[in-house]
Amino acid sequence: MTRRFWVYIEQENGKPHQVSWELLGVARRLADEIKDELEKSGDTALVEGVLVGHHVEHIAREALHYGADTVYYVDDPAVKHYLNKPYTTVLTQLVKKYQPEVMLVGATTLGRDLAGSVATSVGTGLTADTTHLAMGSPKEGEKKLLMATRPAFGGNVIATILCRNHRPQMATVRPRVFSMPERIAEPKGQVVREDIAITPEMINAEIVEFLTDKASTVNIEYADVIVAGGRGLGNPKGFALIKELADELGGVVGASRACVDAHWIGYEHQVGQTGKTVRPKLYIAAGISGAIQHKVGMQESDFILAINRDPNAPIFEIATLGIVGDLYEVIPAMIREIRARKEAKHG
Amino acid sequence: MFHALVSIKQVPDTTNIRIDPETNNLIRQGVPTILNPYDAHAVAAAVEWKRKLGGQVTVITMGPASAVTSLRECIEMGADRAILISDRKFAGADTWATSYVLSEVIKAIHAEQPIDLVFFGKQAIDGDTAQVGPGVAVRLDLPIITYAVKIHEVDLQNRKVVIERKTESRNEVIRASLPAALTCEKEIAEIPYASLPDLVYSLRYEPELWTTEGPISFDPTQLGLRGSPTTVFKTGTPEKHKGGEVIKTAELGVEGAVRTALDKILAVEGMASLLGVSK
Repeated sequence: MTRRFWVYIEQENGKPHQVSWELLGVARRLADEIKDELEKSGDTALVEGVLVGHHVEHIAREALHYGADTVYYVDDPAVKHYLNKPYTTVLTQLVKKYQPEVMLVGATTLGRDLAGSVATSVGTGLTADTTHLAMGSPKEGEKKLLMATRPAFGGNVIATILCRNHRPQMATVRPRVFSMPERIAEPKGQVVREDIAITPEMINAEIVEFLTDKASTVNIEYADVIVAGGRGLGNPKGFALIKELADELGGVVGASRACVDAHWIGYEHQVGQTGKTVRPKLYIAAGISGAIQHKVGMQESDFILAINRDPNAPIFEIATLGIVGDLYEVIPAMIREIRARKEAKHG
Repeated sequence: MFHALVSIKQVPDTTNIRIDPETNNLIRQGVPTILNPYDAHAVAAAVEWKRKLGGQVTVITMGPASAVTSLRECIEMGADRAILISDRKFAGADTWATSYVLSEVIKAIHAEQPIDLVFFGKQAIDGDTAQVGPGVAVRLDLPIITYAVKIHEVDLQNRKVVIERKTESRNEVIRASLPAALTCEKEIAEIPYASLPDLVYSLRYEPELWTTEGPISFDPTQLGLRGSPTTVFKTGTPEKHKGGEVIKTAELGVEGAVRTALDKILAVEGMASLLGVSK
């Protein structure tokens, strides 16, 4: 028997979403976690990607570099852009054909839309927004299952979810929750083109127009440096100061939910449970108290600097370094100091 | 006549949840329950289009008896009919079992009075799964537009709807045939102030109660815990992180604190070149 660990390779406009590679890394680790069972049973485990789009063979080949043993892809002009029904139908057919044991999908807007539909259509369970995945036995001696752990109640509780009797065991995972696997220079896997006809019955909606291209303006998920502001800014103008520091450090602007709800700044800047998960090398949290909903979105950052007037703010519990002080004094001083050091370097 | 159906959920206000520091348990006592914020905007959008086109808004929810409070809130906002789907046999349902019950109810309502649009909030703030909307749409074979931010057009004559949705990188305008389903972002519509007649109507409004006893029947194997493919294996509280050093401007002065902080940040390998600042 072949135990297949599947990853949905997401693409838009012929570009793969990086979360797909992160998930291939996770799938490989999960496959390794059942090695003991494979040795006993003589089964094999495969990490496989599945991809839908038009002119996407290059993406299928790229997936091999991130550890896929096989990538199945469907290439048809009718599925150039993501649409719920044709993508769901194609994925459902492939799942039925290959019967994967596990299927991981990026928890992006498109990925969540697709995963919920495929799970319903296949008739299996799906765990959303998982933050930890492992293959483990719920009881000693029992066959290993996907243990999908996720936050609930706004991050106040974490729950481990099982899908015992239905396959595949599906989970969505947010971008940046797991790190990137190393790129393999000379991969051994293969790509397989699947001939699935896209029929008119599969099309029940059409894209009539693409609007704003936000991609070029903000993409906080993959930023290395984020300077984020919270309610402590006191007013929307505070974000000008946040932006000035972010620009000085080559970073982008983040925000807590309170600021987004108050319309001080756009949703695309929101970090946290209902915003984006980020893991930059440097996260500066200014005037953010550190509610659990915010912390779950940024606690994996390599270095967290918190600036807050309140010495008891929960943000200090996860900060690598904290400054208790007025952000309107600290940040301008920081900008001056950085400029001085840059000049010293060039001068 | 436009008929909109909105599926809502009453949720604990997760921004008010606290953890008992001694037992590490969730303090549920005193946590207010609210109409899921995204659902409120979905109701607002449905009512807005009812007012434009003339018609009716039906609101449904699956939940405990206390969820009538949220249904009344929807009536106050301008919905016309509200149904509480409540039975102990539904308890413990995951998103699969929930979407089964909702789709059976929607089918029955549709048979009585055809539905044009089925509205959902983009997700509920307690579970944050965003799975029920797509699940119901697949079961009913409806086109689904998730993360909807604007309804451009509802053309009842030609049976078409044009809806703008948000993806990671851009907005897409999608045309679909009616009936269709959508899951709503907050931008979809502003929450209206209740009109006096709606307010008065809501005060004495009693939502209908649908149970496993009727008015429709459900397949018992699809309900509640038994009908749920996923089960909660264990729960816990998130790992507590240990905070690092904290310095104070009151002690080091603003400049002193900033210099100390920058020195520590730049001491991390690779940071100086990343930030373009020398140590």
